[in-house]
Amino acid sequence: MTHEIIIEAGRAERHYWRDLWHYRELFRVLAWRDVAVRYKQTVIGATWALIRPFLTMVVFTLIFGKLANLPSEGTTPYAIMVFAGMLPWTFFSSALADASNSVVGSANLISKVYFPRMIVPMAAAGVAFVDFAINFIMLVVLMIWYQFVPGWQILFLPAFTVLALLAGLGPGLWLTALNVKYRDVRYIIPFLVQLGLYASPVGYSSSIVPERWRLLYSLNPVVGVIDGFRWCILGGQSQIYLPGFLLSIGVTAFFLWLGIRQFRKMENSFADLI
Amino acid sequence: MSDIVVSVENLSKRYLIGHQSAQRKSDTTLRDAIGREARNFVRKAADLLHGKQIIQGDEVEELWALRDVSFEVKQGEVVGIIGRNGAGKSTLLKVLSRITEPTDGRVRLRGRVSSLLEVGTGFHPELTGRENVYLNGAILGMSRKEIARKFDEIVAFAEIEKFLDTSVKRYSSGMYVRLAFAVAAHLEPDIMVVDEVLAVGDYEFQQKCLGKMQDVAKNEGHTVLLVSHNLNIIGSFANRALLLDRGSLVACGGVREAISAYLSRGSLDPIYVAPQADISSSPHVSRAEVVTSEPNGVHQFGEPLELRIMISHEQPALKACLTLQILNQDRSPVLMTYAYYPDKRFGEKPGRSQLTCRFPNPRLNVGRHYLRVFLSEPPGGIEYDRLECVCPFEVVRTNDTVLWGWRPDHCAYHDDWSWAIANETCSSSEMNLRLPKQMAAVRTVRDTDTKDTGH
Repeated sequence: MTHEIIIEAGRAERHYWRDLWHYRELFRVLAWRDVAVRYKQTVIGATWALIRPFLTMVVFTLIFGKLANLPSEGTTPYAIMVFAGMLPWTFFSSALADASNSVVGSANLISKVYFPRMIVPMAAAGVAFVDFAINFIMLVVLMIWYQFVPGWQILFLPAFTVLALLAGLGPGLWLTALNVKYRDVRYIIPFLVQLGLYASPVGYSSSIVPERWRLLYSLNPVVGVIDGFRWCILGGQSQIYLPGFLLSIGVTAFFLWLGIRQFRKMENSFADLI
Repeated sequence: MSDIVVSVENLSKRYLIGHQSAQRKSDTTLRDAIGREARNFVRKAADLLHGKQIIQGDEVEELWALRDVSFEVKQGEVVGIIGRNGAGKSTLLKVLSRITEPTDGRVRLRGRVSSLLEVGTGFHPELTGRENVYLNGAILGMSRKEIARKFDEIVAFAEIEKFLDTSVKRYSSGMYVRLAFAVAAHLEPDIMVVDEVLAVGDYEFQQKCLGKMQDVAKNEGHTVLLVSHNLNIIGSFANRALLLDRGSLVACGGVREAISAYLSRGSLDPIYVAPQADISSSPHVSRAEVVTSEPNGVHQFGEPLELRIMISHEQPALKACLTLQILNQDRSPVLMTYAYYPDKRFGEKPGRSQLTCRFPNPRLNVGRHYLRVFLSEPPGGIEYDRLECVCPFEVVRTNDTVLWGWRPDHCAYHDDWSWAIANETCSSSEMNLRLPKQMAAVRTVRDTDTKDTGH
C-alpha cells in the first residue's frame, strides 16, 4: 500500500527494470497472443514456420553451393552450413522487424493502458524466439538426414542464441521508438532486412571474405552471431575469427545501449505521437 | 500516514496541433502546390534533424488540454469528473493513469492504479472468450493467478458460459461488451480511473457493473475517479465532483454544486423568437418560452414549469386554438395541452395575445425536452402556424437521490408512488426446495434478454 508513484514531466522511472519484471505476465500473454493468432484459420498451421526457412535453404544451397560452387566449412554438407546460418539470421531479422513495427501496431493498447512500453517489442522478439525453436527442429531433422553429429561446441549454443536476440533487440528498440515518431522507418526496415541477408554470411561461409576486409565485415553484428552458430553446430569445422567476433560483440553492445537509451527517452511520449 | 491517495499539483498538459494556413486554401495552381510541398518537405526534414515531432499542416498552435489543475483525493472517495467535450477530462485521466506525460506539474499516487479508458482494450477477435479474459486481464494488470481465481465469477457475471470457447469475432456486440465489462468489473486496484466506458453496452448490464464497482469502492476502501456525461450517474455514484472547463478546474467539491455549476454553463436557450423574415400579418407565434426553475434552460424535477406563448394576429382569426406538446429526447410527445375555451378566446381582434400555461408539479422524466406548438382553427380548420422542436430545456432530478439516479431512457414520466412489502420467512429446507425452480425461471428470462440485446 505504501507503493507510491510520482508523475512529472521528463521524470525517469526509478524502478524501471523492476517494473518491467513486474509486468512479465503481460510479456508472456502478448507473445502468446501473437503466436496463437498467427496460424488461426490456416490449413497447415505452424508448418508454415518450417516451410519458409526450408525453401530458402534449398534456394541458397542450389544458388551458392551448386551454381556458384562456393566452398562449405570443412566437410560439412552445404545445406547444413546454410541452415546453421539461416537459423540465427531468421531469428535476428524477425526480432528486429517485428519489434520495430510492434509499438505502432499496438497503438490501441499504448493509448489506453499503462505498462512499461518495452514489453511490446520484447514480446515481439519472444514470438521470433518461438519460430526460432521451431526452426531448430528442422535443423535436427536435417542433421539426422545427413547423419551429421555435432561436437561438444553445441553446448555453447544458448549463449549465441542470447547474442542473436540482443543483436536484434538493440537496433530493434531504437527503430521502434523512431518508427512511432517517423513512420518512414516502416518502409526502411524491409529494405534493411533484405540487404542484410546478403551482407551477412547466411548463404555462404564468412571464410570466403578476403582477410583484409574481415574486420570491416565484422562491423555487421550478425557476422559474429552467425560465425558463433556455425562454430557450435558444425563442431569446430568452422573457425571463429576472434578480432572480428569481439568487434561484432562490441557493436551489438553499442546498439543495445543506444536502443534502450533512445527507447526510454521517447517512450513517455508514445501515447501522444502514435 | 495521511489518507490522501491522489495529489495533483499545478498539472498542465500541452498539445501541438497543426492547421492549414489561410494562404494554403487560396493556393490553387499546380505551381503553388509544388512550392508548398517543397516547403513542407524542407520543414519536415528540419524537424527530423532536430528530433522534433512531425505536425501536419503549416501553422502550429499550442493547445493546453490541462492548465494548472490541482486537487487531492482521499482514500475511499468516489470522485466524478464532469465537463463539456474537450474540457480535458480524458487528458486528466490519461495523465493519472501514466499513459501520457504531463508538460508541467506533478502527480502523486499512492497505491496500485488501474485505468479503464475503453472497454475491452486489447481484445483480439480471433481468440476465444476464455483466452480473451486472460489477455484482457493481463493488459489491465491482473496476474494469471488472480484471473484464474476470479475466472468463474467473471464468466458468470458476463453470462456467456455457452460461448466461452467461441472466437470473440463470432460474438454479438452485446456479448462482447458484457465480457469486456465483466473483466473490468473484477479488477481490484487501490485507485480506479474510469472514463466514459459505461456509456456503451446494454443498460441493465451497466447498472450491474456500477453496482459491482460501488461495492468494491465501499467495502474495500478503494478510490474511484470517474468521468461521465451522465450527470445522474455522477449524482448518485460520486461523493465529490470536479468540474473542468477548457483545461482548468472551475469547481471542486460537492456533487450538487459541481453539477449545478456545470449546468449553469450550459448553452440551452429555451426561448424561441420568430425570425424577422417570417413575420406575416396572418396569426402566428412570435415568441415561445419555457420558464425553467434554473438558469440556461435547466429545470429541476418537481419545480413548477411555465410555458409562455406570444401570438401576433394583425389579421384576426375567427376561432384560434393553441396546442402545445412537450417532446422528449426522441422527439416523441410525452405531454399535450391546448387552449380552446369558449370563455377564454384570443385572436379575435387585431393585436397580440400572451398565453401562459402553468404546470404546478410537472412529472417529466430527466433529459432533454422540446416544445411543439400548433396554432390553428379548431380541428378540421386552417393551420396558421406550427413550430417543431423549439425551446430545448433539460430536466434534472438532483435534489432527491434514488439508488442509481434517473436516465432519459428510463421512462417518459414520473409519478408518485408507494410500496407495500410483506416479507415471508421460511426455513432453510424449504428454501432449498424452492431455489432451483426460481433460478430456472430467472435463467430463461436472461436468455431471452441476451437475444434481444445481441442484435
